[in-house]
Amino acid sequence: MTATDVPGLEVRTAEPRFEGRRGRWVGASIPRHEDPRLLTGRGRFVDDIALTGMLHAGFVRATVAHARVTGIDLSATRAVAGVVAAYDAADLALGDIVALLDRPAEEFTPTAMPILAKDKVRFVGEPLAIVIARDPYAVEDGIEAAVVEHEVLDAIVDEATALRASTRVHDEAPDNVLLDVSMFDTPGVDEAFSHAHVTVEVTTRSGRQNALPLETRGVVASWDARDDQLLVQTCTQVPHQVRTLVARCLDVPERTVRVTVPDMGGGFGQKCVVGREEVAVAAVARRLHRPVKWIEDRREALTAGFLAREQTYRTRAAFDADGHITALDVDVVCDMGAYSCYPFTAGIEPLMASAEMPSVYRVPAYRVRGRALTSNKAPTAPYRGVSRPQYVMAIERVMEKAARALDLDPVEVRRRNVITEFPYTGVNAVTYDPGTYRESLDLAEATIREEGWYDVRASDDRAIGIGFCCFSERTGYGSEAFAKRKMTVVPGFDLSEIRMDTTGAVVVTSGTMNHGQSHETTFAQIVADRLSIDVDRVKLRQGDTERIAYGWGTFASRSVTIGGSAVALASERLGELLCRVAAHLLETRPENVAMDGDGGVVQLDDPTRRLTYEEIADVAYLRSHLLPKDVEPALTATASFDVPGDGTFSNATHAVVVEADRGTGAIRILRYVCVEDCGVVIHPQVVDGQCRGGIAQGIAGALFEEVTYDEHGEPSAASFIDYLVPTVTEIPDVSISHLETPCAFTENGAKGAGEGGTIGAPAAVLNAVNDALRHTGVELDVTPIHPRTVLSALEGGL
Amino acid sequence: MNDPHLLSLTVNGTEEEVLVEPRRTLADVLRHDLRLTGTHVGCEHGVCGACTVLVDDAPVRACLMFAVQAEGADVRTVESLDDGVRLSDLQQSFSEHHALQCGFCTPGFLMLAEGVLAESPDAEREEIREALSANLCRCTGYQTIVDAVHATATSRRETTA
Repeated sequence: MTATDVPGLEVRTAEPRFEGRRGRWVGASIPRHEDPRLLTGRGRFVDDIALTGMLHAGFVRATVAHARVTGIDLSATRAVAGVVAAYDAADLALGDIVALLDRPAEEFTPTAMPILAKDKVRFVGEPLAIVIARDPYAVEDGIEAAVVEHEVLDAIVDEATALRASTRVHDEAPDNVLLDVSMFDTPGVDEAFSHAHVTVEVTTRSGRQNALPLETRGVVASWDARDDQLLVQTCTQVPHQVRTLVARCLDVPERTVRVTVPDMGGGFGQKCVVGREEVAVAAVARRLHRPVKWIEDRREALTAGFLAREQTYRTRAAFDADGHITALDVDVVCDMGAYSCYPFTAGIEPLMASAEMPSVYRVPAYRVRGRALTSNKAPTAPYRGVSRPQYVMAIERVMEKAARALDLDPVEVRRRNVITEFPYTGVNAVTYDPGTYRESLDLAEATIREEGWYDVRASDDRAIGIGFCCFSERTGYGSEAFAKRKMTVVPGFDLSEIRMDTTGAVVVTSGTMNHGQSHETTFAQIVADRLSIDVDRVKLRQGDTERIAYGWGTFASRSVTIGGSAVALASERLGELLCRVAAHLLETRPENVAMDGDGGVVQLDDPTRRLTYEEIADVAYLRSHLLPKDVEPALTATASFDVPGDGTFSNATHAVVVEADRGTGAIRILRYVCVEDCGVVIHPQVVDGQCRGGIAQGIAGALFEEVTYDEHGEPSAASFIDYLVPTVTEIPDVSISHLETPCAFTENGAKGAGEGGTIGAPAAVLNAVNDALRHTGVELDVTPIHPRTVLSALEGGL
Repeated sequence: MNDPHLLSLTVNGTEEEVLVEPRRTLADVLRHDLRLTGTHVGCEHGVCGACTVLVDDAPVRACLMFAVQAEGADVRTVESLDDGVRLSDLQQSFSEHHALQCGFCTPGFLMLAEGVLAESPDAEREEIREALSANLCRCTGYQTIVDAVHATATSRRETTA
């Protein structure tokens, strides 16, 4: 359904300042280039790699959450049949992983993450030693034989114990706070609250989650004496950052490390930080001059892999009598676990929340404090959405509570506050480029209304609720936007090189890193349109640090916005080169030729004169004496791209209808509607897939998944029996509508679509559940929502 | 106890003999001894279903089965589905419906679906949905996987009708 199909709905289309470039390929759901190999079992994932003489690695891990290590004895391990070597931190003597912010000591406390724990362990599962054996079964035997002695310390497992404890996770952080930044305190906050018609207060909390790529982490490292290089084949979203950090921890020149990435079974952010295991395995392969493989098992992935999400928002909002928000005051506390991740640091979540908390609403006065706590839990990485699911949940609960207090419809409260004029510079000093915030809200509501769900809700004696979530998402942060966070490692740009060979086929590189997002297809569409060639003539190569000088990989929905723009620019330059050579060979002026849309260059004033790309390439490589004097041989071009200023924002509204089961308290989703705007859609099916998959993960966080710990810091979910990953029976079909506001400053008008689903779903589901419980007097502000909580609300409220 | 055992089984129509420790899983034998790496291992405790293969025509978790238990069995993996040139109808349907993103769970879903379609060729969408709840996918949100299998079921019925 499109906006104009909804009777009575007037849709104001945002004025595009830039007409998105659509061509023969962009905008079409063509068959994915990735599919044939993945469907036939001929993909190559990291655990599929087998090298001659390859050894296997595993880790002796901490069994307690917080302890001083008094001894590690690996002698029995080394004696196990099949075990080749075993090393602790002292044996390997590697540099620590240190991620820094350029902030004063009162705002940020630098801490180090050793590759293997040294004098102390800080979470259950922390690696203490690495065991190398001839097969993975012997590795397990060797790990079992290791003896670790320690003195157990009190464990910091929640906000209350962290802030008042005498125990320190890191000696450098006396109060267990790694970051404490009050980013905004704009004029008028207190005045607004003192004059408020209604003040709303809410404490929202989201449980600790695992991003849970179905392929666990893994690495195969090998030493190549001829290249004088360590080859690290690893499933990472950020190959160049792995290369940089491996070189630093091993204290070797970066040119002696090459990182390549095979097919990846998902990442979702868990693989966008550098893992200590990757570095340890690389170090051992270099030391032994033997290939070494490590594949994380599921228990390790659930307990010792990077986790995410555990955050608390204490939000106060003032509203006037007309339902306009007049001030927002927020305290953000994120439990980042035992260590700061590289390159983002423990500051990533509270800093993003602080910068973007006003969300899609016109907030005139804003105060925020953001803190990152350290605790004796597995460290965290920026999982799909990165604090947005949490701050969006906080502000969307505010809207719902304000609606109740003001006796207004919740959608109407949003309508009165949502940003409608663009570009809009908010109280948070962020400029939002044009989007369809209001339009998406109107269409989502109209869809639910048209389908009769409000009637069902009113008439049915079942506990049925409707929930909304309206949000935007800054996609593809450029270096300028990241620099504002004061990171010392500032992501942003990306590079691309394109080459056409003598057959006219094209290979293009990108510093981004596909791990399910279909880059091989969508980037090929972009290139094919710019060069007017068949999309099957284009091959994308990613995930090899030798092929591109530097790159920032794939996270923050940056790939199509930044990487896609870089490949578009490189393609355009190659096209110009083809035309220049052709003009020379056709003995005409460069202005008198153009690409003909069919794999050739045509002379404009005499279309009978034409050269195919193969003919031009033949000259460029094999008969270069025919080239113009000022053109170098070969058909190659390079480009870089960076998003200027505050970047671009995708947006969406989600609408959900749920039923709370009166017998069990279980929540069933009856209807899920997503209205999204990610600018120009390169491949509609792929965008739908990103939305649906994101929404599934958001529902998982809202209703099912949580990593909990007991008071000793022992994780309770070490298998899929306890960590509840939703199956097809828990995830509903989702209907998706697209609005399209082309981005003015990306090459294709695209905005990025990777994370939106995950951001919107938790708030939408939580609001719907609260609506279903509206007669009970109970309001829920915590995810995941447990059936027992819902049931007790239903029973108490009846 | 860990003395090697000579295992004989048929994999994708080929008779194979492998020397295995009794504790070695069928998944490891397929992936690492026979180098059929299309079968993936996602959890090693029988929940995610990425390692699903057909053993004597029934879907089985290859991570939960010791290889020695497959003595004399007929095993089919994802590598058996295409003919080397063309995708099977089910594989083609997965591609057309965008039923895979990263592709890691896909071989397990394909083999599960083949088992389900063989057992219940008349299955409609809801029954297919119920059966596919055996496996986990983290990328797609499942909807397009159900669509793909349902479309294959429908077209196979039309072909045999």
